[in-house]
Amino acid sequence: MADSFSTKPTPRRKFLDWLLGTSVGGLAAAVLYPATRYLIPPRAGESSAATVTLPLKPDDIAVNTGQIFKFGNRAGLLIRTSNNELKAFSATCTHLGCIVRYRPDLGEIWCACHNGHFDLNGRNVSGPPPAPLEDFTVNVRGDQIVVGKRT
Amino acid sequence: MPAMSNFARFYAWLDARTGVGALGKLAKKKDVPIHRHTAWYYLGGMTAFLFLIQLCTGLLLLFYYRPSAGEAYESVQFLMAEVQFGWLIRSIHSWAANLMIFTLFLHLFTVLLVKAYRPPRDLTWFSGVILLALALAFGFTGYLLPWNELAYFATRVGTQIAGVLPVVGNFLLRVLRGGEDVSGATLTRFYAIHVALLPITTLALVGLHVVLVQRHGMSIPLQAESAKGPKRSMPFFPNFLLRDLVGWLAALAILAALAAFIPAELGTKADPFASAPVGIKPEWYFMFMFQTLKMLPAHILGIEGELFGVLAFGLGGLFLFLVPVLDRKSAAGERSPVFTWIAVAMIAFIIVMTIVGYTVDPSA
Repeated sequence: MADSFSTKPTPRRKFLDWLLGTSVGGLAAAVLYPATRYLIPPRAGESSAATVTLPLKPDDIAVNTGQIFKFGNRAGLLIRTSNNELKAFSATCTHLGCIVRYRPDLGEIWCACHNGHFDLNGRNVSGPPPAPLEDFTVNVRGDQIVVGKRT
Repeated sequence: MPAMSNFARFYAWLDARTGVGALGKLAKKKDVPIHRHTAWYYLGGMTAFLFLIQLCTGLLLLFYYRPSAGEAYESVQFLMAEVQFGWLIRSIHSWAANLMIFTLFLHLFTVLLVKAYRPPRDLTWFSGVILLALALAFGFTGYLLPWNELAYFATRVGTQIAGVLPVVGNFLLRVLRGGEDVSGATLTRFYAIHVALLPITTLALVGLHVVLVQRHGMSIPLQAESAKGPKRSMPFFPNFLLRDLVGWLAALAILAALAAFIPAELGTKADPFASAPVGIKPEWYFMFMFQTLKMLPAHILGIEGELFGVLAFGLGGLFLFLVPVLDRKSAAGERSPVFTWIAVAMIAFIIVMTIVGYTVDPSA
């Protein structure tokens, strides 16, 4: 009897171990997969609008000042330069995502978080930002300002 | 048979049911070595005491706080202005958090310098470094909860830093923020992490840490071990514990003074469509990292500056964690001055960068 047990015990035991192991693994996966997916937020619909009409009149923005506006769910920065030219950029700093501002004393766009400077073409000129700000088109139609993404 | 006092009878009753007497015997057997570095033994207990204060005041804050972008700021404002002693509870919570992280850093650095991480206390060290990470996570998530301007931008920057990591960065950023941007979804996430996930994890790990400290006893610095003369020690109970209590009482006095004279501020409500305020800065314990990132150029060795910085700090943290494994000499009971110098350099870097962060002109 003892011999018959010792000669062929492994395949069946291995099979049972395998069965048990896979079911425990399967159970763990069945618990962890939904829990992990639960933690990943659903993708919000990106604002598809390519242009936005600002709630500002061209006269509202003085020479050598800047103003933050909403572009969908993002922030934009509208500037009237000292040459009386309207320019618009994405206001999200390319470094670590703070909202930038216009500095009339420097005539530059500046990020307060890590001291990043951009010129009036959106180019990153000093400090840590690694890339230029996205620039938008600005069109004045009567007393409306329309800002759009460049295509 | 002499009559037992009521307390003795109660104790005997309790011991028969719970075995609590074993704990008393353990405390009687425990000794604390006396040498020139004995003072550092009090820092761990002081950190634990401050953590206890955090649990109590945090619980009280939960009675009024509302975790939503629309209501969080207003609920804290209400708590500060209308609720009796609301300002005090919040100030204590805020100050005790700062003091706790301060004593935690001191505890870590002193253990590092006297090399108390030597095996078999390496596991105690690992649990301690993880506890430091948890404390920083506590600070980072708690900072956002009042939903004010400074916290909003600090969180934007902090989570964006996770986003610069290669491959997993964007995924991590979305999981942390609960979406593409810092929003009400981020607030509920940070709330859940701050009031449930971190307290449970921290309590479990503090339990392990304390059990390990009991198991191995206090580490004696190599220097003190090899010193000539008789080894001195004091009983843990009551001598060391009473000294501990004096320390806690002093911490409580400092805490009460700070909370009463420099109460926590609230600032202005967060606005996702406003420029980052001038002079924006994180909590002081993140200042050295913040300042370093600020000073790095846009590109270093062909990679983006902040990625370089984040990777460097990541490696620094990993190095700190692995010190017991890397420092072979002190593990073998030999002097290892190299690790003393590395520790001193790390501490000096943190102190210098923190001071620079607070002294340079933010608008330059």
